[in-house]
Amino acid sequence: MAECHPVGFQWVTEAKARGATVIHVDPRFTRTSAVADLHLPIRAGTDIVFLGALINHVISTESYFHDYVVAYTNAATLVHEDFRDTEDLDGLFSGYDGATGHYDTTSWAYQEPEDGAVAKAGGNEHGSSESARSAGEEHGSGGPALEHSVVLRDETLQDPRCVFQILKRHYSRYTPQMVADVCGIPEEDFLKVAKALCDNSGRDKTTMFCYAVGWTQHTVGAQMIRTSAILQLLLGNVGRPGGGIMALRGHASIQGSTDIPTLFNLLPGYLPMPKVGDHETFEDYIASITSKDAKGFWANADAYMVSLMKSWFGEHATKDNNWALDLLPRLTGAHGTYQTTMAMLDDEVEGYFVLGQNPAVGSAHGTLQRDALRHLKWLVVRDLQLVETATFWKDSPEVASGEWRPEDIDTEVFFFPAASHAEKAGTFTQTQRLLQWRHKAVNPPGDAQSELEFFFEVGKRIRARLAGSTEERDRALLAMTWDYPTDAEGEIDPAAVLAEINGRDADGQLLSAYTQMKADGSTSGGCWIYTGVFADGINHAADRVPGRDQNPIAAQWGWAWPANRRVLYNRASADPEGKPWSERKKLIWWDAESGKWTGDDVPDFPPDKDPSFRPEEGTGGPDGIAGDDPFVMMADGKGWLYAPKGMVDGPLPTHYESQESPVHNPLYAVQANPTRVIFERKDNLFAPSPPAPGSDVYPFVFTIARLTEHHTAGGMSRWLPYLSELQPEMFCEVSPELAAERGLENAGWATIVSPRAVIEARVLVTDRMKPLRINGKIVHQIGMPYHWGVGNEAVISGDSANDLLGVVLDANTQIQEGKLGSCDIVAGRRPRGEALDRLLAEYQSRAGVTAATGTQRPHSVDTQGDSH
Amino acid sequence: MGHQLSGPTDPTRDAAWPSPEPRVGFFTDTSICIGCKACEVACKEWNAIPEDGLDFLGSSYDNSGQLGASTWRHVAFVEQSADRIEQARESGRKLVDLGMPSVGAPATAAPSGSAASSAPAADGGPAAEGAAEIPDFRWLMASDVCKHCTHAGCLDVCPTGALFRTEHGTVVVQADVCNGCGYCVGACPFGVIERRKGDSTVHNSGVAQKCTLCYDRISHDQTPACAQACPTTSIKFGPHDEMVELAEARVRELHGQGMTEARVYGANELDGVGGTGSVFLLLDEPEVYGLPPDPVVPTASIESNYKHAATAAAGLLAAAAFAFLGGAR
Repeated sequence: MAECHPVGFQWVTEAKARGATVIHVDPRFTRTSAVADLHLPIRAGTDIVFLGALINHVISTESYFHDYVVAYTNAATLVHEDFRDTEDLDGLFSGYDGATGHYDTTSWAYQEPEDGAVAKAGGNEHGSSESARSAGEEHGSGGPALEHSVVLRDETLQDPRCVFQILKRHYSRYTPQMVADVCGIPEEDFLKVAKALCDNSGRDKTTMFCYAVGWTQHTVGAQMIRTSAILQLLLGNVGRPGGGIMALRGHASIQGSTDIPTLFNLLPGYLPMPKVGDHETFEDYIASITSKDAKGFWANADAYMVSLMKSWFGEHATKDNNWALDLLPRLTGAHGTYQTTMAMLDDEVEGYFVLGQNPAVGSAHGTLQRDALRHLKWLVVRDLQLVETATFWKDSPEVASGEWRPEDIDTEVFFFPAASHAEKAGTFTQTQRLLQWRHKAVNPPGDAQSELEFFFEVGKRIRARLAGSTEERDRALLAMTWDYPTDAEGEIDPAAVLAEINGRDADGQLLSAYTQMKADGSTSGGCWIYTGVFADGINHAADRVPGRDQNPIAAQWGWAWPANRRVLYNRASADPEGKPWSERKKLIWWDAESGKWTGDDVPDFPPDKDPSFRPEEGTGGPDGIAGDDPFVMMADGKGWLYAPKGMVDGPLPTHYESQESPVHNPLYAVQANPTRVIFERKDNLFAPSPPAPGSDVYPFVFTIARLTEHHTAGGMSRWLPYLSELQPEMFCEVSPELAAERGLENAGWATIVSPRAVIEARVLVTDRMKPLRINGKIVHQIGMPYHWGVGNEAVISGDSANDLLGVVLDANTQIQEGKLGSCDIVAGRRPRGEALDRLLAEYQSRAGVTAATGTQRPHSVDTQGDSH
Repeated sequence: MGHQLSGPTDPTRDAAWPSPEPRVGFFTDTSICIGCKACEVACKEWNAIPEDGLDFLGSSYDNSGQLGASTWRHVAFVEQSADRIEQARESGRKLVDLGMPSVGAPATAAPSGSAASSAPAADGGPAAEGAAEIPDFRWLMASDVCKHCTHAGCLDVCPTGALFRTEHGTVVVQADVCNGCGYCVGACPFGVIERRKGDSTVHNSGVAQKCTLCYDRISHDQTPACAQACPTTSIKFGPHDEMVELAEARVRELHGQGMTEARVYGANELDGVGGTGSVFLLLDEPEVYGLPPDPVVPTASIESNYKHAATAAAGLLAAAAFAFLGGAR
């Protein structure tokens, strides 16, 4: 965090000064480790074992927050008897189909009260269709839909089929010894963390987890994050001040670009993208994403969706035309960035917009990325600088090696200079869901434009060209509302866009809360969770009352979605009776006298719902929330230790090795995540993992990360002399032991070889890299930043670490395994020209690598034959 | 009253400012530095300093190397193993055990051999030590800067008056007055000031350059750029006396936690520079960070040198006169 979020780290520094213990778990010793109380070097990709062992510790030592767990989580809920765990099936859950690599998640459901067939929760989304739509994010703030809210519970937590007992069994083999063997973390260090965690959780204290793409970018990435969520729920660290899980974003407003998404599978406010076949009518669509019989505010998704369509299409969205649902494209499958790359390689994509991104350097498997660009007819790049993605055709590594000639590349590249953050107004949304308004400081130079201005202009021009068209395909563009106010210079007003997102009622008055949205077409709003940012006509994102002039919640600094609430699910900060768990950690509480929830934060609960309120069984929507159901967006009102729905690779996180690993999975017969998204291609090769022959050809683990001095693929740093001089060259970090083994010298050169690429880097020999003892065998990890790229435009250039990566994805999120892979390292610079390709091929041949290597999945298992 | 060249003094009064402002300075607390180098960049941005070379030094994460004409803040990165940490803890503890002067009152006796390292804070005796574990490894980061010495060698040797003492007690070069003679470069015991290299396209090339403690900013009640940018408040700015007190209090706190390696650097007015305006909290011997353990300005001994010279000159004169007179006989 100190390394990549130095400004945010000021709060960690302050917490530490006030007595907080800071623990850092990372393969590398970074700037964060330098100021942490404890740093644990971990083998990259093994976090589920580490966190799972903490879960086991918390359960077996009875350190969990019992009252919280029983009342607020689904620990007591019974799971269907058809469910089988990975402990029963040696690494697979019930419902696995070996032919497709997908799960039928039906058997993971809660036990039905009538004990009949498992209800298909929220329609028909499971197995392959769910995976293809990338289920992970799309449930978003709503959580996955359940058919209804009726569950069976055993609050003694003793029933063998209750979530708590399943959880206990599932993690019973995740022991400190297993952590030592798999992660390379000594037992005593693990126990120090376990003790600190338990000592700092409970009624009086809370613990926070922070993570970044070190968790996200794995084939088990979503499940790594789930593991910490389970741990936090067990310890009672969710919905309470100082608790929670903070996702440290990759750069400014990544949170904002998920809320109002740049993702293929989501509409604004985490409404799923409709898909072909299942969503022919508006009713089909709504029925599949939620149920009026489920508890909570997500049951009103129809109002949010209708308001969105009114916001986009105005009078053209009516009840009679499915609220213009037919004007939206429908998904035919996964269309993530990597699927698009593959489609480009197969000549299925003609044109491509790249905005503030540099895939030639920043995406996994750089060679493949650049090759894909070469297959396009046209490419638009909008950036501050002429990044490598814009110049790949003349100065890429492939051109330098003579493999490609610029005159043979037909891609027409259009470069549009972009305005920087100081040159445009708008909002940034950070990880706390806080929208903060930026004012424009200066006008952008030359032809540089903001994204908003660019797309406003593109929209106007396309609509002008299509005017009068009666073509079906042009209807959406002609029907959309595109009437933004402009200033004297013709520039669009960004605040008007934020107001449109906030939404309006039938009279055109700005809404103040999403609860005002209606499903009858009388309200509009571009992103329901943002409703209220413009309450009373005031841009609350621009609120800037200094922290010293308000309480610690600082509600008048910026605006947090939803409803300016700073801690989500904060009903959990009070006990079931509505009293704070402790004076020290109080946040909101029930005021019996006034009959209202009150406190420092905006209550995340129906404001006048008595803690003792119990709905009639089966009541859906907000009325179905009981007085002690803090998780108001979840279909059963509880925090999910066990996910009966929503994850495509299992209801509980399970350790699988990475796609490329130096060891055989010590826990299960299944080596890697059986649902991972594989692209079996000759240009996307993978190293074999033990015990397969050839795994010793790429014996080391490389792990890729960032430096403080640079920004992602370098577009905002390698063109600046002041940043370039601070880290001028691509380098790798190796331990003294590995340096001795391979003859590497500090400040010398090394060549790193993976099955995809050969790159060179300067060498830092440092004790910050530690060889790990994994099951008695020494494993060396090599640290590398990924900020450099080959090109002629930047102040500094160098080989790109991401060229070493292959493309394999987490099936929940379609996110690449971008953190690690297998490699070899030798002293000296890499060869040039044809000799470079020969070296790559020689390694591949020695390891016996083919397109099929490492792509096998386990066979289906007969789940009925097994029993508990 | 003449200009004082050594020993305790208020440099602003000493420079005969009619109504001096309080002396200001930095306190750089290296124990909370995260090595982000925001100070280096903010300094360059504010002061329009040119890029200083794109060389990979292989020296941990330090590619700036040292302070110079175009690097006015420099973050050192030091990687240490357990035995070295133990030595640092021991040496810091010894500073206390030697009966070093306690916090609050200025040092009354310079510690032998380590004049610049003033006493680690202790309340009338060895610090209460917790049982702080010695880690296997640590990574020290420390942002260095011009010391704005009480007796500034650079200023005292400057023949043109380009270097001057500001009303805030800091030391600043006037680029348009400097003739590039370079006397100051050799006179700085910390190796801070340098002449900027480069042809006429480089701003202020050929003349001496160093940290101004953001003279322009502090003259308008603004915090210097580096301290303003520092995310963890490792770099603090304020009245010099307060900075020294903060430093000593922080050392006391760390000693209380068992981190006896903590010590103050630069606040001792009996040292060879009369005490520095920029003070530091270090976690090891100054040499580890590339700082001189016992800095002395060459001009500190100028008075005695002149006396010796005068005596010698008188002697020579007497001898010559004697010889002449003798010869005349």
